[in-house]
Amino acid sequence: MAIENTIDKSNEELSKQDFVSDQMVKWCPGCGAHAILASVAKVFPEIGYKKENFCFVSGIGCSSRFPYYVNTYGFHGIHGRANPIATGVKVSNPHLSVWIATGDGDSMAIGGNHFIHIVRRNVDVNIMLFNNHIYGLTKGQYSPTTPMGSKTKTSPQGTIEQPFNTANLVMGAKGTFFARVVDTRPGLMTDVMYEAAKHDGTSVVEILQNCIIFADKTHEDITGKDVKDDNQLLLKHGEPMIFGKNKDKGIVYRDGALMAVTIGEDGFKLEDILVHDQYRYNPGLQRMLARMHPPKLPVALGVIRSVVAPTYDDLVEEQIEYAKANDPIKCVDDLLNSGDTWEL
Amino acid sequence: MHRTQIQNIMTNNKIIELDDAVVKFVGDSGDGMQVTGTLFSDTAALMGNDLATFPDYPAEIRAPHNTIAGVSGFQVHIGKRRIHTSGDNCDVLVAMNPASLKANLKWCKPNATLIIDNDIFDVSGCEKAGYASNPLTDNSLNGYKLYSLPISTLTKNFIEGKVGDVKLGMRTKNMFLLGIVYNLFGMDLKTAHHLIGKRFKKKASVAELNKEVISAGYQYAEEHNLFTEKFHVGPADLEKGAYRNITGNVATAWGLLAASEKSGRPLFLGSYPITPATEILMELAQHKSLGAKVFQAEDEIAGICSAIGASFSGSMACTTTSGPGLSLKSEAIGLAVITELPLIIVNVQRGGPSTGLPTKSEQSDLYQALYGRNGECPVIVIAASTAANCFYYAYMAAKFSLEHMTPVILLTDGYLGLGSQIFKIPKMSELPEIKPPIAEANDPDFKPYRRDNRLVRKWAIPGTIGLRHRVGGLEKLDIEGTVSTDPLNHQKMSEYRLQKVLKVADYMPEQDVYGEDSGDLLVVSWGGTQGAVRSSVKHMIKDGKKVSHAHFHYIMPLPKNTAAIFSRFKKIIVCELNMGQFVNYLRASLPEYKYEQYNKIQGLPFLVAELKAKYNQILEEK
Ligand code: SF4
Repeated sequence: MAIENTIDKSNEELSKQDFVSDQMVKWCPGCGAHAILASVAKVFPEIGYKKENFCFVSGIGCSSRFPYYVNTYGFHGIHGRANPIATGVKVSNPHLSVWIATGDGDSMAIGGNHFIHIVRRNVDVNIMLFNNHIYGLTKGQYSPTTPMGSKTKTSPQGTIEQPFNTANLVMGAKGTFFARVVDTRPGLMTDVMYEAAKHDGTSVVEILQNCIIFADKTHEDITGKDVKDDNQLLLKHGEPMIFGKNKDKGIVYRDGALMAVTIGEDGFKLEDILVHDQYRYNPGLQRMLARMHPPKLPVALGVIRSVVAPTYDDLVEEQIEYAKANDPIKCVDDLLNSGDTWEL
Repeated sequence: MHRTQIQNIMTNNKIIELDDAVVKFVGDSGDGMQVTGTLFSDTAALMGNDLATFPDYPAEIRAPHNTIAGVSGFQVHIGKRRIHTSGDNCDVLVAMNPASLKANLKWCKPNATLIIDNDIFDVSGCEKAGYASNPLTDNSLNGYKLYSLPISTLTKNFIEGKVGDVKLGMRTKNMFLLGIVYNLFGMDLKTAHHLIGKRFKKKASVAELNKEVISAGYQYAEEHNLFTEKFHVGPADLEKGAYRNITGNVATAWGLLAASEKSGRPLFLGSYPITPATEILMELAQHKSLGAKVFQAEDEIAGICSAIGASFSGSMACTTTSGPGLSLKSEAIGLAVITELPLIIVNVQRGGPSTGLPTKSEQSDLYQALYGRNGECPVIVIAASTAANCFYYAYMAAKFSLEHMTPVILLTDGYLGLGSQIFKIPKMSELPEIKPPIAEANDPDFKPYRRDNRLVRKWAIPGTIGLRHRVGGLEKLDIEGTVSTDPLNHQKMSEYRLQKVLKVADYMPEQDVYGEDSGDLLVVSWGGTQGAVRSSVKHMIKDGKKVSHAHFHYIMPLPKNTAAIFSRFKKIIVCELNMGQFVNYLRASLPEYKYEQYNKIQGLPFLVAELKAKYNQILEEK
């Protein structure tokens, strides 16, 4: 079902084919980015906007080749600057559906400042953050999300830096939408991308993506065949937080912390399990959920936070409309002759 | 200052007719010097003078009381001739305290008139200013016409009984002084009353008090026959029409708004506050009714990157900054060059390098504008030369940027940006057309990097049916615009980008020459030095020398007739407020000529005398 807002709807039935570009996709075979591209091509027709109203913006990195591989208006920027470029695109032309393809180097390191500010302003764009814990395009240096201790080309003895938690950066910057997906679950990716498109404001979708060349299996403790059921919690609004191969595990809140329990053990009943509220304005619990990780807790996937707040671009339009209605200066001739002038 | 003296038989006072006069009001931050100076200059404007002003704020926001750091000033240059700058040295200095006298005496001409509130010159006041003894009584001011008056006492005596709060009322002592200055220049008090009434529209009692005090000051000077010599600056021979005062930064903002309206492309500004460019950002933020979208970014880089995004999606996009900010924007300028998108970059230059002299002016960012990027990265470079013509050059910068699909750097400077000048109000209908090359929906021939005969590609705005395409920072394949690493294609595209910019010269006005179009010496300058250099050349011509002046506004590309002009002079000297950036650019661009140079890098404008001395020296050399 097409999303309703001020962006022009397509008056023809679109398909995946409408978004396939004629450029050769040059990601490594087996790279998680391929699955992300497929999900975008699948979800864009469902979103239902006119195909000319989609615009992709990127920075630099493997992720940022994305605009070349999808047939929309596209802008391949410079390192770290996808977010401000996209801000300009959207504010200048609010009838575009603006998508940002960026990575953990692009948006967490060199463009970290821009990232927190676009989130804070709540510009109505969709950020797809390819988090592969590594710099791929420059061949394997650690990034701000690389787990501490990881050995990379620039950390032969292991990194000695604490990594960022993307979700907590977003919520710390008063983000209105945060979701997390894994590149191994295409269905979840399209669902979440659709939700991101529907959200008015900055939607951050963190995609745990595998770089098969330089950080292979970095997300294996989440996506591995044997562990995925026990280490992934798929959040759904209004539903209890249940996970595990046998759907018998759940999350409870005890003594100021989250805890994974087995229903029926230690006196825990289904009613004790937390129910997900993605629309709750107070981000306290959402932050705790976003911070969960194995081995003690599963990683939270799906839409973790989605709250209503005015968007920057809407407020810009509002102020302009107000000024146009109320300011006596209607054109530049008015301006030139305003205030103190005299005739000679 | 050209003088003719007329005896006033009635009072036995002399009236000295001046072509122009520089008056500077200085005092402590709280003394109301900006208001005082503005009233004086507005009155002069209404009396028909041409004028330019410059505010001289302290760098610190709240500097300690009565110290040099807290001195605030306002310089007004009025004339019966055309006035281009706020002037070099003062004919009249009005000083409200010792610190302001100390800080400004060096800017006074010999024998200048000093009008001073001597009530503040007690021992502690003098000490705070760093005077060992009282300059009003130690004969150190013998070379000046000193009017040492107890202004505070006089003001106090006048307002006592008139106002309840005498301390508050004492804030009008600047008006008492101003009344004295009006008397000195024979200026109209009625005009002052009218302007005061306007300024304090909402506070009638304040307006009344100010009017009374300024009149009292005037009367005091009159009754005490204070000035045996008075000054008169007659009205300037200005074209008929509507006028206003404008600062360079406001003129820049308005020029951009005018270009946006003319071109039909909405204005987007992505900018970050920086001295002395911030006023452009603040001014544009006032004009949302004209559709201006103003984005105050988190940093300089986001400022320009948001503008590039806005340009891609169809706005007339601008970013404004000063030197250090331009450095931060360098990489992104390259992105706008390779994506061949319009972008107007305004650099209000200040003294550098690094933080340098934020409140002082310099022309030292020319290299940065021309070359300060990685790769072969040509952009159009234009420089304004007066506060008022910032309007016109901002407009032309936008016109060339939009029509030729390329970034333009507009250079102004702190003196132009913060200084004000009389501005003849143009009509929008008289400004040249601006026609950006926008691609039509479903254009079957559209290719992102197909060029017309000017080498300009089309602007295909997202949302337009049938024109989906990608641009970006990677080298583009000719015509197709896809990514290409082909060696010959890179050469071709590099040449296109350069030729496209050079071809803009075909659409630019020719360079003009002041004075004879051939001679012994051509003085070359650019940007904000026009007034001082023009005056120096006028003096030389008056002295019978064969000297002419070419002041450049279009720098990259150079006007097409530049070489032809240079070829007609025996010698060429390039004067600029840097270590020789334009002269070296000319040496590289037109190496067949020999260039002398005169440079100054003190954060100060040129003085006519130093320029003349240099010209004479060069003319004498064989
Ligand atoms: S280097 Fe890694 S992230 Fe980049 S394309 Fe190859 S697998 Fe994908």
